[in-house]
Amino acid sequence: MNLFEYTRAETLDAAMSAATQDGAILAGGTNLLDLMKIGVISPTRLIDITRLPLHDIEEHDGGLLIGAMVRNADLARHPVILSRFPAVAEALLSGASAQLRNAASTGGNIMQQTRCSYFQDPLSPCNRREPGSGCAAIGGETRNHAILGWTEACIATHPSDLCVALAAYDAVVEIAGPDGLREVPMESFHPLPDANDAGPAPLQSDEIITHIRLPDPGGMARNARYVKLRERTSFAFAIVSAAAALEIQDGRIVQARLALGGVAARPWRARAAEKALAGQPPTEEAFARAADLALEGAAPSGDNRAKITLARRIAIRALIRAAAGTPDRLPALPASVFEGDCNG
Amino acid sequence: MADVMNIQGHVRLGSNAGQSMTRRDGVLKVTGRATYAADNRPEGVLHAVTATAGIARGRVTHLDVAAAEAHPGVVKVYTPANRPDLAVSPDEKIHGFAWRTEALQDDTVRYAGQPIALVVAETLEAATEGARLLAPRYDADTPRIGLDGGVPFQPETVSIGASPTLEAGDMDAARAGAARHLETVIETAAQYHNALEPHAITARWTGDRLEIDTPNQAIGLAKQSFAAYLGIDPAQILIRSPFLGGGFGSKAILFGGQLLAILAAKDLDRPVKLALRREQMYGPVGHRPATRQTLKLDIDPQGHISALDHHTIAVTSSFDDFIESASNASHSVYATKAMRTTHGAVRADTGTPGPMRAPGEAPGSAALEVAIDDAAYAMGFDPLEFRLRNYAETDPATGMQFSSKALRECYAQAAEAFAWKDRPLEPGSMKQGRLLKGWGMGTAQFPCPMFQAAAHATLRADGSAVVETSAADMGQGAWTSLAQIAADGLGIDIDRLEFRSGQSSLPDAGVAGGSGHTATAGTALFNAGADTIRQLAELALNDPASPLFGADNAGVTARGGRLYRNDDDTRSEAYEDILARAGLDLLRGDGKGAREGEPERAMFSHGGVFAEVLVDPDLGQVRVSRLIGAFAAGRIVNPHLARSQLLGGMIWGIGFALQEEAIHDVRTGRFTNADLAGYHIPVNADVPMIEALTVHEDDPFVNSLGIKGVGELGVTGTVGAIGNAVWHATGIRPKRFPIHPESLI
Repeated sequence: MNLFEYTRAETLDAAMSAATQDGAILAGGTNLLDLMKIGVISPTRLIDITRLPLHDIEEHDGGLLIGAMVRNADLARHPVILSRFPAVAEALLSGASAQLRNAASTGGNIMQQTRCSYFQDPLSPCNRREPGSGCAAIGGETRNHAILGWTEACIATHPSDLCVALAAYDAVVEIAGPDGLREVPMESFHPLPDANDAGPAPLQSDEIITHIRLPDPGGMARNARYVKLRERTSFAFAIVSAAAALEIQDGRIVQARLALGGVAARPWRARAAEKALAGQPPTEEAFARAADLALEGAAPSGDNRAKITLARRIAIRALIRAAAGTPDRLPALPASVFEGDCNG
Repeated sequence: MADVMNIQGHVRLGSNAGQSMTRRDGVLKVTGRATYAADNRPEGVLHAVTATAGIARGRVTHLDVAAAEAHPGVVKVYTPANRPDLAVSPDEKIHGFAWRTEALQDDTVRYAGQPIALVVAETLEAATEGARLLAPRYDADTPRIGLDGGVPFQPETVSIGASPTLEAGDMDAARAGAARHLETVIETAAQYHNALEPHAITARWTGDRLEIDTPNQAIGLAKQSFAAYLGIDPAQILIRSPFLGGGFGSKAILFGGQLLAILAAKDLDRPVKLALRREQMYGPVGHRPATRQTLKLDIDPQGHISALDHHTIAVTSSFDDFIESASNASHSVYATKAMRTTHGAVRADTGTPGPMRAPGEAPGSAALEVAIDDAAYAMGFDPLEFRLRNYAETDPATGMQFSSKALRECYAQAAEAFAWKDRPLEPGSMKQGRLLKGWGMGTAQFPCPMFQAAAHATLRADGSAVVETSAADMGQGAWTSLAQIAADGLGIDIDRLEFRSGQSSLPDAGVAGGSGHTATAGTALFNAGADTIRQLAELALNDPASPLFGADNAGVTARGGRLYRNDDDTRSEAYEDILARAGLDLLRGDGKGAREGEPERAMFSHGGVFAEVLVDPDLGQVRVSRLIGAFAAGRIVNPHLARSQLLGGMIWGIGFALQEEAIHDVRTGRFTNADLAGYHIPVNADVPMIEALTVHEDDPFVNSLGIKGVGELGVTGTVGAIGNAVWHATGIRPKRFPIHPESLI
C-alpha cells in the first residue's frame, strides 16, 4: 500500500474542501481498503467522513431520508424499512456478512466497485480501472459478468444488493458538491459503458453522497420482495437477483416495480416490464411476459448465456413472492431461493 | 508463549480415553491467548513480504530494486542476484516428502504467484509497498493451464511413491460375462487448502542457534529439512508449532518463503517474520489438482460388479510430480471379480499439487460413488441394496482380510436415522412445495496408516506425570485426545498429567496427516506411560515393604495413580509412595508408535453417508437439507472431538460437491478468485442439519490401541452422496464437481 495522508473531516464543507483529484472518501472502508491493499487504487489522501452528521434515518413524506453514513446493519433493522420497504431489508441482509454489514455504510454500498476479477487484478487491462487499456474480461472468466447494457469496452456488473432494491423503490441519491446539492435517481446513478469506455465516474472527486431518499411506497409497502441466486447462503455476490414490488387492488396490479441485480453495470430497472404489468392480474403468466420484457436485449458477454435464463426466472420468482405478500417476519434466510420451502 | 500444559480449560464429561472431553486449549483459543506463529513479535522484528510473479511461465528480466529500497522503511531486497547461499538447492528432492520449491534460486517463473523477490522492512506496510514497487518485467511464454491446456505424460508414481497402476483379476474375462457396461466421466475442480491461518514464519538467530515459529504438521521432519537446506546440524534448530489454524496437508511440507525468512534473519542479524497473504497461498503451498476420471463398471445379471476400471487424469506442475491418486480410492470399497486402476497426468504452469483433505480418496470416492449409483439405478436396485450386494468381505485389491469392518452397521444406523427405506427408486419423485427433493448415499472409506513416533513419560515424586512428544494440533484436538491416551498409559487421571507438545526439542511425533496422528503419536505416548509403569511395578514388586510385594506372576494393574494387585484388589499402593520408598524423584519411560513389518490385513475406517438435497428446478440452486453419516473407526478416543472431525469432513464434502473451485484465467494463468470472497467454502447457513454417528468397532490388528482415524473419513462418501441426491432430485447426473446451478436448469 502506498503512503497516503489521512484527514478526518468534522463538517461536510471541510470534507469537500479536503477532497483532491487523487484522494478518496473513507466511510465504512469495506471495499476501499481492500482495493488499496490489492493495488487497484492508490489514493494519496483519505478523507474520513465517519464523523459527519449523516448517521440518521428520518421519516419524510411517508418515505425515508437515510444518511449516507447509516450502517447497513442499522438500516436493515430500521422499523420503517422493515414495515414499508421490506425488499430493502431483505437485500441488505442477503449481502456480505454480519461483520461487514456492521461496518459498511449506505453511501459506500452505492459507491462500491465492481467485483469483476479483471478490475481487481492490476496486471489485467481494464477500461474501468485504466481508461483506454482494454477489457480483459472479454474472452476470460465471465460467469459473473453482464448480460444487459454492456459494450466491448466493459462487461462488468455492479455487485450491490441494496442498490437493486433502492432502484426498484425509485430512490434518489442526494449529492453535495462545491456548487451545492444535486440529485440523481438510483436507477441511473451508475453510468453504463459506452462503445469506448466504462463510463464516467458517478461522482466528481469533490462530491459526497449525503443522503438516500426513499419516496413513499404507497400501496406497495407489503407486496415487495428481493430474491438472490447464489451458491452459498451468506457472503456471496448474486449470480442474478431481483427486487419486485406490486400494488394490487381488486385482483389487478395497479403499479409494479422490478429491478434486476448481477446483470449490468447498474441495478437494472425493468420499466417496460412494469408498464406491461399495470392493469394485469398478478398471475405467473403475466409475470413471465413481464420477465421476457425485462430481459429484452439481453446478450451473453461471454460464456454466461445461462444467466439470461436465470435472470428471467428470478424476476418471475420475485414477482410471485411480491404478489403473495411480504411475510410478517423476515425469513431466516433473507432473499434465499429456499425461503419458505425449507426448514433450514 | 502461552503455557498450554498448565491450563485446565476443558470441561470434564468423564475421564481419559473413550470419554468426551472438550479441548484443553479451548479457553486459550476463545480468549485470544493461543499464540500462533505470526502472533510472535520478538524485539527488533523485521517484516518480510514476497513479491510474486504476474506471469505463469517465463523469466523475470527486471526488478526495480532501487525503487523498492528507496521506499521509507525498506531494509533490504533479496533477489536471485543477492540471495544468501543455501547448502542444497530448493530444487533438490532432499527426501521423499520434499517438494521442489522457489527460494530465489534463479529468474525462472513456473507459475503465477510464484515468489520472485523478498522485501524486508521495518513495517509490514513498508515491505508490502516495497514489493509492489519492484514492478517486475518479464520475458513471458504462453502458459499451459488446466486439464486441456497442459502437456499429457505418463507418471511413474502417484501420490507419494505409489504405483500409478493396479490390476487384479482377469479384466477381459470379467467384462465378457457382464450384463451391463456403464461408463461415467466426472471432473473435479482444482481446490486450495485455504486454512484460516495463513502460512507464516518468525525466524530468529542467536549465534548459530535458530529459533523458528511456524505452523507445521510434521515438526520433526521439518527440523531435518531446514537443517539440510541450511547446511547446519538439526540440533541447532528449535521449531515451535503449538497451534495450527488449520493445515489440511498444506502445512506438512516446506516452502521457499520459510527458507528466505530464515536466510534474511541471519543476513540482517534480526528476527524476521513472513506471513503469506491469502492470494499468496495459491501456488507455493500446494493444492488439490483438477481431475478428469473415467469409471467403467461391468455388472453381471445378478447385480454384482464383474469389473471395475477407474482411470484418472490429474494436473500437476511443470517441475514436480505429485499426482492425485484418485483411482486408488476404488481399490478396496466394493467387491469385484476384476479391477484395473490407472492414472495419467498433465503438466501445467501451476504450483505443484500436494496432499489436501483426503488426497486421492476425496475426488476418487466422489467419482466412484456417482458411478455406483448410476449402476444401481441401471440394474433396478435401491442404492443401499446395490452396495450391500457388492459388499467387499475381503479387500478386492489385495485379497486380504479386513482388520475390522463394521460398514454394514454403519449403513444400517445411518439409513435408519435418515429414514432411507421410504426412498422411491425413480428420480424426480419427491417434491417439497416448488422444490425438487432427492436422497443419495455414498460409502466412506479411508486407510489407516501409521507413521513413526516417539514419546517420553516421566512420573514425578508427587504421583503426577509429564509426557512429551512433538505432536501437531491443527484444530483436531491433539492437545486433548493425546493427553487422554497418555494418562491411560500411566494409569493416572488426566488432571494429574502435564502434556508437552508442539515443539521440536521433544521426541518426534511424526506427521499429523493421513488421519494417522492419534494412532501413531497416541501409541508412542501410551507405550511411554506403560514403560514407566512397568519400571514402577518392578520397584514395588521387589520391595518387601510394599503391599504389592510378591504379586509376581499375578501382576499389577495401574489405575487412578495407584498400582493394584491383580489377585487381590484390596492390596494397592500409590505411585508417590513407591517412588518415595525407592528414593526416586522421577521415573522415566520411553515409547514408540509405529507399525511393525508389512501389514497382513487391509486396514480402513468406514462409513455410510446419506444426503437429502432440495433443488430449485427453475434456478438450479441446491441446498443440502439433511446430511447423516455413521462411521466405524476403531476405538474412539474422544467422542466429542471425533464427532467434530467427522462433521468437519462432511462439511468439506458439501464444499467439494457444491462450492470449492479455484479458477484460472487460462490466458494468463492467474487466478480470478484467490480470496475467501471468491473461493467459496460453506458457511453455517449452508449446513442446516448434519449428524455424525459412530459405530462401535474393536480392531485387534490395526495397532495395540485399536485406533483408526477420523480426520479425513467424513469427506469420502459425502461428495458422492450429495451428487447422487442431486440426481435423485433432478434426474441429472453431475458431470463435474462443484455442481453449478447452470448445469441443473
